[in-house]
Parts: sequence; C-alpha cells; structure tokens
Amino acid sequence: MEQLLDIAPYVGWVYPNETVFTWSVLIAVYPYLTGLVAGAFTVSSLYQVFGFERLKPVAHLALLTSLCFMIFVPTPLLLHLGHPERAFNATLTPHWSSAMAAFGYFASFYVVLLILETWFAYRPYIVEQAQKRKDLLGKLYQVMTLGSYDLSEKSLRYDQKWILWLAITGIPAAHGLHGYVGFMYGSLKSREWWASDLMPVIFLFSAIISGVSLLVVLYVASCKLRKIPIDVACVKGLGYTIWAFIMVAIVLESLAFANLVYKGREGIEMIMEYVTGPLLIPYFLLQFAIGLMLPFLWLSYMIWRGTTGRALVIGVTISACLVLFSVFMMRWNVVIGGQEISKTGKGLLFYQPMIMGKEGLIVAAILCVAPLVALLGLARLFPPWVHGTVSSRVAAFSQQEEVKQHLLGIGAE
Amino acid sequence: MKKDSKPSLAARRDFLGKLGRVASCTGAVAGIAALAAIPGVSAKTESPAESGSFPTKDYDWTKHQWAFGVDAFKCIGCLRCVEACKRENNVMQDAHHFRTWVERYVYLEGEVSARVDSQQDPVNIEASGSEKEFRFANRYKDAKVDKAFFVPKLCNQCTHPPCVQVCPVGATYRTKDGVVLIDHDYCIGCRYCVQACPYGARLFNEEHGVSDKCTWCYHRITKGMQPACVEACPVGARIFGDRMDKDSAINLFIRNNRVQVLRPETGNAPNVFYIGIDKEVL
Repeated sequence: MEQLLDIAPYVGWVYPNETVFTWSVLIAVYPYLTGLVAGAFTVSSLYQVFGFERLKPVAHLALLTSLCFMIFVPTPLLLHLGHPERAFNATLTPHWSSAMAAFGYFASFYVVLLILETWFAYRPYIVEQAQKRKDLLGKLYQVMTLGSYDLSEKSLRYDQKWILWLAITGIPAAHGLHGYVGFMYGSLKSREWWASDLMPVIFLFSAIISGVSLLVVLYVASCKLRKIPIDVACVKGLGYTIWAFIMVAIVLESLAFANLVYKGREGIEMIMEYVTGPLLIPYFLLQFAIGLMLPFLWLSYMIWRGTTGRALVIGVTISACLVLFSVFMMRWNVVIGGQEISKTGKGLLFYQPMIMGKEGLIVAAILCVAPLVALLGLARLFPPWVHGTVSSRVAAFSQQEEVKQHLLGIGAE
Repeated sequence: MKKDSKPSLAARRDFLGKLGRVASCTGAVAGIAALAAIPGVSAKTESPAESGSFPTKDYDWTKHQWAFGVDAFKCIGCLRCVEACKRENNVMQDAHHFRTWVERYVYLEGEVSARVDSQQDPVNIEASGSEKEFRFANRYKDAKVDKAFFVPKLCNQCTHPPCVQVCPVGATYRTKDGVVLIDHDYCIGCRYCVQACPYGARLFNEEHGVSDKCTWCYHRITKGMQPACVEACPVGARIFGDRMDKDSAINLFIRNNRVQVLRPETGNAPNVFYIGIDKEVL
C-alpha cells in the first residue's frame, strides 16, 4: 500500500488529508506537453497564415512536432486517473460546469485539425510516393492519398486554401486549448498560489516560447544529424519570435507575482516564506533568472549587435534550451508548488516524487521523450525537409506562368 | 494509377464542401449550446436531482434539509468521532485519510498565534502507538498555556460546492436534502474535486481509485439515525438535524447561538455551523 501513496512531509499546520500529494509530476508534464503543442503550432501558423517566409524550413517540422506532442498529451492524464477506463465518461456525459469536462472535445477537435492540415500539407508528397513506391509503404501511401492523385495547379491552390483556413482555425484552437489549461488552475479558489486571473495568459505565453524554443532545438539538431548547413535566417526568425514573446511572458509572470504580494491576502505570509525558502532556487533562480532573463538578455544583445552566423545559431540554441527548461520549471512551480503551500495558509508540504511507479519520475521522463521518438518515426514517413511546401509549389506554378508569359511576350515581339 | 484530374478534384471539392458545411453547422450548434450552458457553468448551480420520493420509497429527500452544528466549547478532543467514522464508513486505516478530524488550537503564553495540530501529527500518532487509534499527545504539559480548544471538522456540505462544480463527469452531486455525495461507480479519479475543496475535506482513496468524503452518514440519516460521529460524541459537541423540523436539535442550536461558518468569503455557503471557534480557525 505504501508505495501507492505520495506521502509528503510537512512543517506547520496542514489539513490531515493534504499529507497525500494529490497531483503528481505527471500533472506538471501535461501542461508542458500541451504548451509545446501550442507553441509549435504558432511557428507553423506564422509561416502559413502570417507569411513569415524565413520560417519556411521549419514550417512542416512545426506541424509534425505539434501533431506528435498532441498525441501524447492525454497520456499523463490517463496514467494519473484512478479509473482510466472511465476517462470517456467525461466526453460521454460531460459535466459542463467543470473546466476539465471540455478537454476531450478540445483535444479531439485539435488532433483532427492537425491531422487534416498535415494531410493537406503533405498531399503532393503522399501522391508522389504512392505512385513511385511499389512496396508495402507504397500501399500505405496509396491509402493515405484517399483516392485523390490530382496535383494540378488548381488542385494545389485549393489545398493551399484549406491549409490557410485550417491554420487560421488552429490558432484559436491551439491557444484556446492551452489557455484553458491555465484556467483549470486559475479558476480554483482553494489555492491562493493558483487563483490568479492572469493564469491562462501566463500559460499561453510560456507555451508559445517553449514551442518555438523546441523547434529551434529540433531544427538545429536535425541539420546537424543530416549534415546540412543551418539556415541562419530561419534561426534568426525563430530567435526574434522567442525574444518578442519572452518579453510578454516575463511581464505577465512578474505582474501576477506582484499582484499576489501587493494584495497580501490571507495566507500571504506562508507564500512569502515559501518563495523565499524552498522556492528560492526553483522559482527565482532557475525559472526566472536563468530560464527567462538570461535568454532574454542574450537574445537582446545579439539583436542589438546584429550577431549572425555560427555565433547566432549557438546563442539562439542555448537560449532555446534555457527557455525549455524554464517553462518546465514554471509548470512544476505552479502544479507542485501550488500544492506545497497548504490550503490552511499555515503550513508547507514537501513533495517527494517517486522514482518508479506509474506516476514516478521515470514515467514522466519517458512521456517527455516519447513525442520526440514519434516525431523521428513520423519524419521518416513525412520528411519535413525534402519536399517543398504546398505554398512554395503554388508559387512555383505562378513563377512558371510568369516565365511563360514573358517568353510569349518575347516571341510576339 | 493516374486518375482523371477533373472528377477527382470535383469530388474532393464536393466532399470537403460538405465537410465544411457540417463543421459550420456543428460550430453554430456548439455556439448556441455554449450560450445556453453559461448559467449552468456558474458556481451557483442547481441540484441535478429530480424531486419526488427519492432515493427510496420510505425516504423523500424533498422533505428534509439536513444541517450540522459544532459546539467547540464542548469538544474534549477524545477523537471517538474520528474512530467511529473510520469504522462506520470503511475509511482507509492510516493517518492520511479522514472524513472527519479534530484540530487542536493552543495559544502559549506570550505567543500571538495558535499552535495547531490534528490527530495525524506524527507526535500524536506516536502517543497513540498506531495509525488506527487516535489520541492527542500531551505535548504542552510543561508549557504555560493561555488558551486552548478543539475544533471538530468535517465536510461542510456547501450550498454552492466547488467540488461539485469542477467534477468533469458529474460523479459528485448535491442531493435535494442538502448533502454532497459521490457516485463511486462513476468517479474517474482525477482528483480535481480534492483540489477544489478549500477545507481539505475531500480525500482520495487509492485502494479504489476514487475520491471520497464525509456524507454525514447518508446511509444512516435517511433511515432516521444520527451520523456515526454524532452518536459517538460523549459530550454532545456535534449536533445534527433537519432544518425543516422547527424543533430539531440543529434548529435549536442555530436559534440559541450566534453561529458562524468557515471561510464565508469563498461564497460556498457551508452548512456546518460553529460556535466557540476563534479567528484563526479556517
């Protein structure tokens, strides 16, 4: 029985039932994964919707990353449930007053959207592979064409329109999904550490910076693995994106904390004791100083100095790693930290994560790595780099058309 | 392999067009449903239960409105109530799962805030010698005590229960007679309700993978009996009764005393009424 329980030691006065830790590390992993989905999708949308041409080399990678992580988002929740076999109850008989009830709908809608957008984006590649390959994989590609082999200009323009609208729909969907995760915590009045109106937006911006950072790391790593030169302009574009959003993230988090301290409601003494004690290193040093301020200053410096080439790639990549770490610490400090401050406001608990077990650290680490393994597999099926994007193909069609017109014009002369 | 481009494109366009129409219809319906749902989503939700003789033929829950009183002046901290509750309701036999508990507040001479502990405190567990029986250790016997008292705690069966609000499947609900119950066969074990309760009254039963809480011994009160803790209390510190009965013990208790509830600022509107507690009791 004992190994089933996360018994937390405590100081001061805590309610007797609080000594069993309610939400484990998996519930910190869950918003982390969702955030990476939303952030990666942001990159894809910056190219597809907002026309950030610089991000073209990572546009498809972003989409695949988003899909792979989204598939794994429900796993920490399912592992955490006391009755995972009843998980569908929330979708079959949703209790609409619960912030958690809509998760099944939000998540499935978003997965469908991601699959659709990926299909449209890769349709030319799927068709080509289906026609070229004669092996079992060829059969798979044939199935994935869904019977449509048309790659004419008209057809691709049509696909492009779908990609655009799916990407446009995906922006509120991805960000709604993640903002709603923040709402799950922010809407609870039982914990002062969580009950902030800013929580959904804080979650959102930290999600964006974490997803963009993940793409920097994935892109640089993939270039190294494939032994091809890194597109510095693309890395610079991603660096700018992180820089812009990290500012907002820093301001929001600081505002939330300032509000909490300034209002100084009941229980603030214990919160102050907590943040200046056990949370000093994880919160101020790891999450804020090293994870947010250092990358922000470093990126600012590089933008100011106009750094480019290898120095820029190294700087942006290291900043991205720091941001990824910081956002994980943020999830940890919110989810675990919130529970370490007792509801009594007169005591502190100390979470001692289990190593083994279905809610242990090993499982949590596996869940963070699993989407990357899935991405490795999916990237073989749908290489995000070999093949041009639909929009670039459409652009090529237009270019051909211009050349043709030009030649015709010359001929007429 | 090559297919004729036109029909294929036309067919696909047709299919996608239909898909788009279905999606927009679904969107519209979802939008209207969302608008209709707003009153239901607010914290002040109505009980989902229907009226009529329910849950049994002999018991009509519309004819009762249960409430609980705690007289902290009387409580001697003997913890018979905690043990009775554990036995009656088969609560896990350890120092981490309680449907009810007793808090001890001690103001030592010269100190401005109380020292608080409960039966689960390691010092008290050591004094009792077991996690199945509970005693308060005489830990302040050498200190000069200014003021001390005990406060029994249990689920407040709030009129606007935040635990019910957050349950994603509706496994927990408030009955017409004013008790918050859990359907253990439907609970998915997400523990959101445990987080939402500001009183720490909810617990998680790891053996059964479901949330648990005090039900005021619903299986007893619907048969005309008192909750186990009330019956076990040797000093009458716990008072239970029907607010619909003018002369019930609880109505007399509320009428004859200036009562208060815990954390009224949350808007939960608790239904456990206290006398004899101090400013530090949450």
